[in-house]
Amino acid sequence: MDLVAKLGRQGINFTIHLGSSLLFLGSALKGAAASFSRSRLIIEQLYAVGVLTMLITVVSGLFVGMVLGLQGYYQLVNFSAESNLGLIVALSLVRELGPVLSALLFAGRAGSALTAEIGLMKATEQLAAMEMMAIDPIKRIIGPRFVAGIISLPILAALFSAIGILGGYLVGHGQFGIDSGVYWHSMQSGVDLVKDVLNGVIKSIVFGFIVVWIALYEGYNSPPTSEGISRATTRTVVWSSLTVLSSDYLLTALMFGE
Amino acid sequence: MQYTSEDFIVSASDIHFAYRNRPIFDGLNLAIPRGKVTVIMGPSGCGKSTFLGLLGGRLAPTSGSLEFDGQPVLAKPSASLYKMRRKMGMLFQQNALLTDLNVFDNVAFPLRETTELQEPLIRIQVLTKLEMVGLRGAGDMQISELSGGMARRVALARAIVLDPLIVMYDEPFVGLDPISMGIILKLIRNLNDALNLTSIVVTHDVKEGCEIADYMYLLDRGRVSAHGTPDQMLMHEDPAIEQFMKGLSDGPVRFHYPARDYLEDLQDI
Ligand SMILES: Nc1ncnc2c1ncn2[C@@H]1O[C@H](COP(=O)(O)OP(=O)(O)O)[C@@H](O)[C@H]1O
Ligand SMILES: [Mg+2]
Repeated sequence: MDLVAKLGRQGINFTIHLGSSLLFLGSALKGAAASFSRSRLIIEQLYAVGVLTMLITVVSGLFVGMVLGLQGYYQLVNFSAESNLGLIVALSLVRELGPVLSALLFAGRAGSALTAEIGLMKATEQLAAMEMMAIDPIKRIIGPRFVAGIISLPILAALFSAIGILGGYLVGHGQFGIDSGVYWHSMQSGVDLVKDVLNGVIKSIVFGFIVVWIALYEGYNSPPTSEGISRATTRTVVWSSLTVLSSDYLLTALMFGE
Repeated sequence: MQYTSEDFIVSASDIHFAYRNRPIFDGLNLAIPRGKVTVIMGPSGCGKSTFLGLLGGRLAPTSGSLEFDGQPVLAKPSASLYKMRRKMGMLFQQNALLTDLNVFDNVAFPLRETTELQEPLIRIQVLTKLEMVGLRGAGDMQISELSGGMARRVALARAIVLDPLIVMYDEPFVGLDPISMGIILKLIRNLNDALNLTSIVVTHDVKEGCEIADYMYLLDRGRVSAHGTPDQMLMHEDPAIEQFMKGLSDGPVRFHYPARDYLEDLQDI
């Protein structure tokens, strides 16, 4: 009985959160649309959200690509198919690992920072002060961050894939002596621009949308205490990761299943 | 009570308000006289900040009417609410300065965001207001470099930069050293008189409150329990009001939180 009641309450809470986060999304999108006239604010946020996430993305991309190179080679060499290493590395990255892993890194680096920043602005009454100065914090603070997040992630994902492919090449060519012409050519003939590249870009746009939505919502609604902010930051990372991974399954089924 | 908006810039009648199921106001009536410094006092948690939230239209009362400058305060985001807020300045308890901007840009922020003024005019406005609080020389400082007293003065300069009709102060005396305290007390009075403002000071500090007030309200359990000039308030004979005004540790508000018999409690061990 207790368990049923608990489950019921969780369910109700979840529905309430879903409802209020949808309302928040509505006003955030309006704020985002309004912020296009303030390009300087968006550029500032592109730096904070995007540029500062670049280093971790590049380093992770390099290592993921190198691991793919190793694992791919070990498997392919059994079938004397190592000439396809470039294709395997590129497809894994462009279709899946690029968008998904960069989104997870983005949630951990940029999403958590956004939640903490907005939560702190709320706790120190900065958002209330803006309202009292007749400035809408949704337009001034939330909007530009939303836009910057959605622009940043596809670029970061592309960077991740590009560096990853290079990492695969370093291992394939440098360590196992695969001819560079062979490595690059297998990609050129096997990667489809629409089916693979475009779908990967669409994925990362969707993931960017999810992560900034959750991060900004959690920050804006965090209780104005240090405990409240730290919990909100954790929730941002947990929920964005879960939502990114589950929506990746859905998107992949939609895009690549026939 | 009937108040005219000529004499009273704010009037609240029969305000009821609750946070979810925690009632805060239960029939609050008060009026703020124009041009004066009015102090609203009460113990922590009695709803002083909440009242300022209602007045600024950030919170909506469940019932009752609240008027500012002859117009009802409607807490729905709208052009008229934003217009009303431009006539209100507010000093927040935590100053609420934007930490990524320097002092000058903080004070210029409302002008840049809500007016079409050109930069030279903004500069004049900002420097005038910084001069009034004695910080014209501190324009280039970062917010993190300011002492508590200076940060409060910067926030005050920002609160008056749009030339409001009223300035609301939320606990302006908390966390200041004696010198900064003296400065803030002097500034509240001087700005009120020099700029023809109306000031509303919300505080639990009786001594400073009495020093600055033209008129005082004391809140208790969701209503006004007493009001008058500082002298009248200090002479009040009601024991509960005397206890608060003189800071007595025991009175109608007991020193001991309700508990069962002491001896019984000890014997249980
Ligand atoms: N957003 C809120 N949600 C629920 N309770 C609140 C909220 N804000 C304040 N309270 C509670 O309402 C009471 C009055 O708060 P407040 O107006 O800040 O008091 P004061 O400023 O007089 O110290 C306090 O007990 C506080 O805990
Ligand atoms: Mg308060």
